[in-house]
Amino acid sequence: MAIEYADLNTEWLMDIVLATLLTIITAATPLLFAAIGEMVTEKSGVLNLGVEGMILLGAVTGFAVVHYSDSASLGIFAGMLAGAGLSLVFAALVLGFQASQVATGLALTIFGIGFSALLGQNLVGVAYDGLPKLPIPGLSQIPFLGPLLFQHDILVYLSVVLVILVSWFLYKTRYGLILRAVGDSHDAAHAIGYPVIWVRLCATLFGGAMAGLAGAYLSLAYSPLWIENMSAGRGWIALALVVFATWRPWRVMVGAYLFGGITILQLHAQAMGIGLPSQIMSMLPYLATIFVLVLISRDRNKIRLNAPASIGKPFHPTT
Amino acid sequence: MVFGSPLVAFILTLVAGVVLFQIMGVNPFDALYAFFVEPLTSLYGWGELGVKATPLVLIAVALSIGFRAGVWNIGAEGQLTLGAICGGGVALLFYDVEGFWVLPLMIAAGIGGGMLWAAIPALLRTRFNANEILTSLMLTYVATLLLSMLVHGPWRDPDGFNFPESRIFSESATLPLILGGTRLHLGWIFALLAVAAGWLLMSRTIIGFQVKVVGEAPAAGRYAGFRVRRVIWFTLLLGGGAAGLAGLIEVSGPIGQLLPSISPGYGFTAIIVAFVGRLHPVGVLFAGLLLALSYLGGESAQISLNLPLAVTGVFQGLLLFFLLACDVLIHYEVRWRSNTLTSTRSG
Repeated sequence: MAIEYADLNTEWLMDIVLATLLTIITAATPLLFAAIGEMVTEKSGVLNLGVEGMILLGAVTGFAVVHYSDSASLGIFAGMLAGAGLSLVFAALVLGFQASQVATGLALTIFGIGFSALLGQNLVGVAYDGLPKLPIPGLSQIPFLGPLLFQHDILVYLSVVLVILVSWFLYKTRYGLILRAVGDSHDAAHAIGYPVIWVRLCATLFGGAMAGLAGAYLSLAYSPLWIENMSAGRGWIALALVVFATWRPWRVMVGAYLFGGITILQLHAQAMGIGLPSQIMSMLPYLATIFVLVLISRDRNKIRLNAPASIGKPFHPTT
Repeated sequence: MVFGSPLVAFILTLVAGVVLFQIMGVNPFDALYAFFVEPLTSLYGWGELGVKATPLVLIAVALSIGFRAGVWNIGAEGQLTLGAICGGGVALLFYDVEGFWVLPLMIAAGIGGGMLWAAIPALLRTRFNANEILTSLMLTYVATLLLSMLVHGPWRDPDGFNFPESRIFSESATLPLILGGTRLHLGWIFALLAVAAGWLLMSRTIIGFQVKVVGEAPAAGRYAGFRVRRVIWFTLLLGGGAAGLAGLIEVSGPIGQLLPSISPGYGFTAIIVAFVGRLHPVGVLFAGLLLALSYLGGESAQISLNLPLAVTGVFQGLLLFFLLACDVLIHYEVRWRSNTLTSTRSG
């Protein structure tokens, strides 16, 4: 009898741990998409502060397309397209008109918040089942690890593949080298004959598409529903994650999971009713962002060695 | 051309508005009338314009000084919230005390609260090299949650049927009105004084000069022995203090109590105001009135044409986009040469 009870208890504990870890993965995935996209943009020397706006536009577009077309893949694609479209506006202003990157990024966020609210006014309160899970045959049968790692929706798998691809692209391919060269010294890259503006345009569009994908994940898988301003600062946290990761893809992934963990653990703590007001717990992800930012930025040399040297600087081609 | 580009940007925003309303199936001219003319057809409306412009002008004058130094304080919304919390806290503390000194004390607390909140990014930037854009913005979320916690918990009105609202401030804790038949309050005078003070600071004082040099030629600033840290501290505290004052004015003027949400994003819109006003105090005054009109217009269009309030944010974002694009006309001279567009840097 006693042994059976103990077995039951372990099983119950395992279930709780599994459920927590699974929610951490879903909370980390949108951060991972947005941060890895922004990292590539920044690696090319462009600082796009409009991540929050692009996430929201991606979220509302993805949700709307799924609502009207009933096709999840179309919705995901539309979310990416919306994010990339908004980043194209940014690129036109910053790369074409030489506008201030900081000001334009802020404009992108302000516009994105308003525009997504406008587009989504008829979608508030609409229900969606969420993206279907795609268990990997065989592997998903492994006890504990199977449900933890191999029973996710398509985007979770994609996010991991994306980290591998970005890491490979940046450090193992010629085009990745060009992108990094453009980000470190646009004048030298231009002198060698690389198309600085085109490289930056592509990197910015990729960042926008990934932010849009992060948004689509929020509205189609994480929540899944549309509410105004639903990203709740995730775009800014993603920007901080890039600094935290010192512009390295794998560290971006570690950071995203760390922040997913903080988000979920504070929610669980709220649910268990520990003595603190819920608002104190909700502050945790933001305070943690400040904390890690300070921790990493404290070492000026580390930032100087890892940050793309031309980040945020406008490029004036001299012909 | 410096003041031409906001005008061009505004006209382009109106054109984009016509297209937007057409797509939404609303008669664009009715909509633009509701947005930009209808709010100003009464004295009350003009008073409201001042009420909405007060926080925008106050914050934007201070922010534009920071922006000129290259200090990107974009967490004014959080500093505004903390000003409201501290100033409102004083009002609740002296709830049953009558006295001429209550309001000045609230103002001091509001400014102090905003400065305190801005001191955090200043410290983290100067001591730990942490980016002030991200830290000041994160603190905005923290401040909003703090206010929500207070009005849901200890500061909730005991006779308020459990609504998350504080008590309504007493007479001595309320800003006096200055124009009969409207809600225009003393805060508008503060905003005008801030414009004058901002102009004096930037054109007549040594710290104003240092701000300009550090922003435009950091190397020259270092060479001249200007301390960059001091400029960072100064501009952030100035922005925080102004935003804190604006927050206090909101809760002690038009709102009259503490609520979970006390600002429709004034702290963020003030960033647009600063840019549209060309980072110049007088420009900021006009830009503040224009953006205040966009808030009023949003409300009026919501009532008369049933348009969603979010249109305001879209207009504000579009205005900033067009402005930034038009600025290319200031920095560059466009020349047509053998069918190819080339641009030369002129200044």
